[in-house]
Amino acid sequence: MLEVRGVATFYGAIQALHGVDLDVAKGEIVTLIGANGAGKSTLLMTVCGNPRARSGTIKLDGQDITHLPTHQIVRRGVAQVPEGRRIFPRMTVFENLQMGATLGDPAHFQHDLDRVLEMFPRLAERRDQRGGTLSGGEQQMLAIGRALMSRPRLLLLDEPSLGLAPLIVRQIFEAIRRIAREEGVTIFLVEQNAFHALRLADRGYVLVNGRVRLSGTGRELLANQEVRAAYLEGGHA
Amino acid sequence: MGDRLPALLKDSALTALMAAALGLFIVGFQTRDIGQGLFFDYQFVDLGIAVVTIFFGRLGLHLAAMGLKWPSFALGTVLGAVGASPLKMPSTFLHWFVVIAGVLIILRTIWPWANAALAKARHSERGRAMGQRGAKWFGAILLIAAVLLPFTPFADQKNMDLAVLILTYVMLGWGLNIVVGLAGLLDLGYVAFYAVGAYSYALLSTQFGLNFWTVLPLAGMFAATFGLLLGFPVLRLRGDYLAIVTMGFGEIIRLVLLNWVDLSNGPAGIGGIPGPTLFGAVFAETAPPGQQTFAQMMNIPFSSNQRLIYLYYIILLLALVTNFFTQRIRRLPVGRAWEALREDETACKALGINPTNTKLTAFAVGAMFAGFAGSFFAAKQRFISPESFTFIESAIILSIVVLGGMGSQIGVVLAAVLLIGLPEWFRDLGAYRMIVFGLAMVLIMVFRPRGLIAHREPSVRLHPVRAGP
Repeated sequence: MLEVRGVATFYGAIQALHGVDLDVAKGEIVTLIGANGAGKSTLLMTVCGNPRARSGTIKLDGQDITHLPTHQIVRRGVAQVPEGRRIFPRMTVFENLQMGATLGDPAHFQHDLDRVLEMFPRLAERRDQRGGTLSGGEQQMLAIGRALMSRPRLLLLDEPSLGLAPLIVRQIFEAIRRIAREEGVTIFLVEQNAFHALRLADRGYVLVNGRVRLSGTGRELLANQEVRAAYLEGGHA
Repeated sequence: MGDRLPALLKDSALTALMAAALGLFIVGFQTRDIGQGLFFDYQFVDLGIAVVTIFFGRLGLHLAAMGLKWPSFALGTVLGAVGASPLKMPSTFLHWFVVIAGVLIILRTIWPWANAALAKARHSERGRAMGQRGAKWFGAILLIAAVLLPFTPFADQKNMDLAVLILTYVMLGWGLNIVVGLAGLLDLGYVAFYAVGAYSYALLSTQFGLNFWTVLPLAGMFAATFGLLLGFPVLRLRGDYLAIVTMGFGEIIRLVLLNWVDLSNGPAGIGGIPGPTLFGAVFAETAPPGQQTFAQMMNIPFSSNQRLIYLYYIILLLALVTNFFTQRIRRLPVGRAWEALREDETACKALGINPTNTKLTAFAVGAMFAGFAGSFFAAKQRFISPESFTFIESAIILSIVVLGGMGSQIGVVLAAVLLIGLPEWFRDLGAYRMIVFGLAMVLIMVFRPRGLIAHREPSVRLHPVRAGP
């Protein structure tokens, strides 16, 4: 579904990605793990067209999207849960979800809303509350719910576990699993929490200094000595 | 408190001394030219009263800050009473000065109470429900009062003029609120669109004889086009940078109008602009050939107030249209996208919103309402020149939006009444009225840093708020 070939991205003169190859097949959960500054978020943002890749190609369903502006990529069925959640703080939970449905068919709105609220009952309780007054975990749920409102085929998640309590992290990952298995949404997950991410994922990639160092099934990577040493020591949340 | 009294008195005395030193030359002496050279007028009585007031004022504020309610309350009341008494003081301003000092002390005294009580009320279920109902009713009452105003005894020439002026700024404030309050684009050149609207009407009516109601939509369209023109180059700018460029745009329009003499008649301006008509009837003592006056049409005696009342209803209508439009569009996808853009542009892109189009529509729609207001202004004044469209106008409109509370519709009304009405009502204070104006602004900033009404009303409310028991 998503095909990344030889993508190099720069921030000014600094090269953040050095020719990354990566594939996400339809219906898969693929995770990308790596240390701080490895370029994980950059790769995810590059897929969304902000920043643009300087070389290489990104294809969605065989169509080149490398040079499209972000909002047009999103219109092709890619939804993004950005790093740091980025919900609209002064708008209510309901309004946030409405914003997520900007691209959707209004006829689906009520159905999609019910589905999201069923998945995250906490959001139903807080429908009229301002986004900024939610707890971190609730904000993350809202960010995911908002992304789902556009009925994406491919969902990009950037560190959904960031700064959340272990119990909440488990709830979030359970929700991601349900989105993939029950709704059939393809998922590309960028995570620092390698243990949870690899256990959930069908396949994973390890990014080091802007290059893909390892790839394999989640299970293989979990068992890999190098991965264990670098990302999993004491990381059993 | 007894042991702190000497320290308090010392501090108050020091403050008074400082005021005396500063005021000695500013207030104490006034030079006057009597023909054979400059002479001094001594105003030491003024200075003395001011210094004494400052001494007690400082003392009162200290007492209030220490929580000594009754002494400070008493002091404030005494000061207020002295100021309001028919006691002979050299100028009216001194009366005001002393009264304001007393009022400030009283406010400072009751502020902590009032604040606590308000906070408590705001957090109780009942208080919140009442607040919401209050806001709804407040708007309705304001509207009814506005509609009935011309039939009340207050409706003399002076007050109606002021009401028309205030409503013009309310409309401009509501228009700018779309750009600044909803879309979050800081626009310091809003007056440019006002100018475009005004010149559109002035030129089309004087050159081509078009009437007000024909030109009104055209003026809106022209202004919206200029909004798009401004929008394109500034799309990538945010915050301060955007503010500077828009400010420049406002000046460019003014300078073009000033220098393109063939089009705009330059600094001499355009005069003889016809006023708005009602079903072809003009509002004047005698009608031009082929037309009739309003008085003839209605078979009533002519009065110059008719024109003013008609203007008042036009601007009231235009302002209400602006308000209604804003309230509606907030519930539509484009309005929601404006608000989301203000909150987080990156997140908007991630949701598939095209930020370019969203910003351009905000600029264009905001400009359109300024265009309407501009052509009304030209029709009202009957004479326009670039003088009327200086930067200070943009600044005042923006102050109205910011002090009202960005995005709040009713806040704009309150701020416009305060900012436009206050300097007019306090005209008796002469040069001091700008001090009162500044004081009002400072007080708003201190006590309501996010504007008079900072609360953002959600565009949809799902659970109706339960009424109190």
